[in-house]
Amino acid sequence: MNKLRSRRLRALLLPLAWGVFFLGAWEGLVRWRNIKPFLLPAPTAIWRELWKDKDRLFDNRQKTLFLTAARSTATNALAGLLIGIAVAVLAAMVAQRFSVVRDILKPISAAFNTMPIVALGPVFYNMLGATSDAARRVVVAMVAFFPVFVNLVSGLTQVDPVHQELMRSYAASDSAFLRKVRIPNALPFLMTGIRIAASLAVIAAVVVEYFGGKQNGLGARVASAMKLSQTPKAWGYIGVAILTGLAFYVSGLVLEALVLPWQTKRKLSDI
Amino acid sequence: MSGLIRRTARPGIVPVVAVEAVDKVFNPGKVNQVDALAGISLSVAPGEFVSLIGPSGCGKSTLLRLIADLSQPTAGTIRINNKTAHQARLDLDYGMAFQHAGLFDWRTVRRNVELPLELRGWDRSKRSERAAEMLSLVKLSDFASHYPWELSGGMQQRVAIARALAMDPPLLLMDEPFGALDEMTREHMQAELIRICSATGKTTIFVTHSIPEAVYLSNRVVVMSPRPGRITKVVDVALDTRSDEARQSAAFFAKITEVREALRAVERVDERVDERVDAVVDVGLGLEDR
Repeated sequence: MNKLRSRRLRALLLPLAWGVFFLGAWEGLVRWRNIKPFLLPAPTAIWRELWKDKDRLFDNRQKTLFLTAARSTATNALAGLLIGIAVAVLAAMVAQRFSVVRDILKPISAAFNTMPIVALGPVFYNMLGATSDAARRVVVAMVAFFPVFVNLVSGLTQVDPVHQELMRSYAASDSAFLRKVRIPNALPFLMTGIRIAASLAVIAAVVVEYFGGKQNGLGARVASAMKLSQTPKAWGYIGVAILTGLAFYVSGLVLEALVLPWQTKRKLSDI
Repeated sequence: MSGLIRRTARPGIVPVVAVEAVDKVFNPGKVNQVDALAGISLSVAPGEFVSLIGPSGCGKSTLLRLIADLSQPTAGTIRINNKTAHQARLDLDYGMAFQHAGLFDWRTVRRNVELPLELRGWDRSKRSERAAEMLSLVKLSDFASHYPWELSGGMQQRVAIARALAMDPPLLLMDEPFGALDEMTREHMQAELIRICSATGKTTIFVTHSIPEAVYLSNRVVVMSPRPGRITKVVDVALDTRSDEARQSAAFFAKITEVREALRAVERVDERVDERVDAVVDVGLGLEDR
């Protein structure tokens, strides 16, 4: 039991210690070589920028910078992600039922995935208007669609042959087979897809802002801060973007753990 | 529930399984045509335990699948409790266990056993009552809320047997259920199966590769030959007891020798071992399922 606890502690402390060491080395390098802030600001300088948001938060006359930008980008990422997942689930359900649809959609979605979809940002700004969030959400949804769709179709169609025989021996109806075997069998695949899509959604939501549209999100703020040589501020937005991506990823993990209790129990026993 | 195993098929009793002049041809008329079974006739009496044994490709699993209506014979008839195999499947007249336990990862042991009951619309309390009963029969009551990955291979196979028994079918069809287990576990499982079958009075058809397994478990051992699969000999086994000592008895070894010689005779007729046919049979099964 003690051994187990020390192993868990190690799994937690080792990356944490490495992170602290990395930030310390960064700080030391900047101070020792006297690197100019517009080239590479020290972590403490970035932190000072971020901390100003705390005062703004409690001051009614000012708006927060980082939190507002994060909320805007995260909202787009979440909305796009949910749309992408919903469309992918619908498409996968149709695809698992009709092999024709599967044969059409699989190569198309594979081709889609090789496309740098965020590069379509300007096209969608043109189509849907640069002042709304619609274009950004469409791009995020398209990026999120692929991993969910492909994984889910695999899960829905890769059924253990023994399970198929067994259900036939029970004279189970098609709909019972779908409910009792196909869908639960596909859940781990779906959750893997969602986890991948969650990370991609934040990346897409940030990057698509570089291509124009409103100036309210993290990506847009990084670009404009860099133009104004406010490098520590730009790094602050980058840091917040990283945290947003992490939050999405961790949410995906938590959701996965909740939806797949049988796997969670196993993973917990493995740590 | 009867505590007796009847040793032999008795004339005048309606057989649980009646296979008559069954042929099975995969991919008929094509280049890869395989004659899997030819002229199979077999009758299994209530309470009887019958093993099918033979070299790979002799069609013993195919025969079991035909009885289970997972595949249809090319010629001949199969009747189960005087019904067509198809009707018997719809009526859940048999429970089946495979070489791979085939438990559902996402269900606990108890809910795995409950699945066939769920499909028949049993209500929750009746389901869990029956599942508890079945799990105590296979001595896994303490593992009801575990997930399959937490169980050893032998325990998983016992859950699969509990699941096959859940609907209380008169007939058990088992396709090498202990094939993937180590020797010690295997012998233990064989003793358990004997105990369960005599406790529940089931009729059982059991496919195996193992001669001692077939002799130990069965009232009759059906020896099959490949290409096309035929029944070459039926060995009556009538061991007085099924204790561990029975495995050391002269009668046991005599029956093993008898089955082995029947299998040797098969080999002499067909020297060449053609693995390709197995592959084609597998492909044939796969194609048919689609």
